[in-house]
Amino acid sequence: MNLLALQRNMREHLLRGSEHIAREIRGDAATRLAVYYDAYRMRLMDCLRDTFERVRAWVGDSGFETAAQRHIELHPPHNWTLAEYGNGFDCTLADIYPNDPEIAELAWLDWSLHRAFEGPNAKSLKAHDLSGVNWNSAVLSIVPTLRMRPVVTNCAAIWAAIAEGQTPPAMRRLAATSALRVWRAGFSPNFRTIDPLEHEALLMAAEGATFASICTAIEAARTSEASEVAGGFLASWVQDGLLTSIDSCL
Amino acid sequence: MSQASLAVFQGFGLGLRPPHYPDFLTGQVPVDFVEVISENFMVKGGKPLNVLAEVRERYPVALHGVSMSIGSADGIKLDYLIRLKALVDRVQPLWVSDHLCWTGLEGFNSHDLLPLPYTEDALRVVCANVRLAQDVLERPLLLENPSTYLQFSDDVLAEWTFLSEVCQRTGCYLLLDVNNVYVSARNNNFDPLVYLAGLPSDRIRQIHLAGHSDNKRGLLIDTHDHAVPDPVWSLYREACNLLSEAAIMIERDDEIPPLAELLTELDVARALVATRRHAA
Repeated sequence: MNLLALQRNMREHLLRGSEHIAREIRGDAATRLAVYYDAYRMRLMDCLRDTFERVRAWVGDSGFETAAQRHIELHPPHNWTLAEYGNGFDCTLADIYPNDPEIAELAWLDWSLHRAFEGPNAKSLKAHDLSGVNWNSAVLSIVPTLRMRPVVTNCAAIWAAIAEGQTPPAMRRLAATSALRVWRAGFSPNFRTIDPLEHEALLMAAEGATFASICTAIEAARTSEASEVAGGFLASWVQDGLLTSIDSCL
Repeated sequence: MSQASLAVFQGFGLGLRPPHYPDFLTGQVPVDFVEVISENFMVKGGKPLNVLAEVRERYPVALHGVSMSIGSADGIKLDYLIRLKALVDRVQPLWVSDHLCWTGLEGFNSHDLLPLPYTEDALRVVCANVRLAQDVLERPLLLENPSTYLQFSDDVLAEWTFLSEVCQRTGCYLLLDVNNVYVSARNNNFDPLVYLAGLPSDRIRQIHLAGHSDNKRGLLIDTHDHAVPDPVWSLYREACNLLSEAAIMIERDDEIPPLAELLTELDVARALVATRRHAA
């Protein structure tokens, strides 16, 4: 058997337990192949356990392992780095737990913080960098590690309590949909719950909109105090280290 | 590129693992070099890369990979090699090593070191992949002998002959993992001393020493979660009699003990080399 055919058979054994490879192996093929079959699954399971520590604490070992096994069977790894394997586990959890939205949200938070940890470096602006900016033409550049998503539960409070070793609060649906933003400032991944308007403003900034057009959008959403809201957003972004530069579009 | 030579570096080192980062950042750990897992640092940024840069200012660094998949019939992934080359340029390592194995095929990645058949077909594939890697990385590779848990019916070469042929045809070098020789010898019923004698000793630039586990089903597993056991030390003594100078290190990947324990093991490795030199 040529190498390509043999490797395809071995892959099929790992993925689906196919027995075709067994005839190519000397001695007790079942015992020997089991080492590789088990190691493949164990390595992926360990990866998911390490990456989704807070999800595991929330759903318990048994529930977590059931979900992880399903993910492993449905989603074989395709990337050369194991660090990418957790991508999409939040979707698997959303399928398994359709009535418990905090679980997928916790998974997204675990995953996004994990990604931010090894994401690209960026130097954040300080407050004094804002002097002299022409705000009519200003375009904001944002740290490359920023990730956001809408959330409907108090997943952030649950995550924080677990991380601090405290008893987490019960799951609670938020009165209105909010959003989470995850980013890294320096070497520290962070997250913050934000309202939908800030989420929209950051999406606009990430797409290259001018600060003036962001302000216009805020004004359209808030009939009063729009300038204070926009200023508050900007102050928060600078304080959190979210901005890397402010350039003029002119 | 395949004809480039690699200078000998003689010394004693440890794998750089996160629990020991603070120790290595002091620059006071008594080792001659450290080895890092390449893939852990083939990232875009963040603290690990910063730690590596600081450690590199204090120690020579060897890059050791687990995902090159040098034995894949569909070739090595070029994007992987380009990312590795970027790390090589950043670190300027002593050398770059990976395993004689395959890890993936046609987009699938097992994240395991899967065994190769030792056939002419596999030899051609491995040599072509080694040449490509060496061309992209602009330096010779070190290939590590794997721990294996099976042998293929089609094998026509012994593993040590296969490795010798790869060295001869590509100009690559070897990383001899003494524990892997012991584990594979026990699992596949060959004489580890014959294995050692069959390798081209002048191509060996690095030695790994590690521990293993018994899976209770008749096989030893290369778990790297135990101290180096007596049979591996015995085989290392034999290896010391055969080898010219090499960089020697304790490899521990799981159940990482306090640094002092690993340094004590490294002292044993040093003492055995000193004993051999004294006897010579």
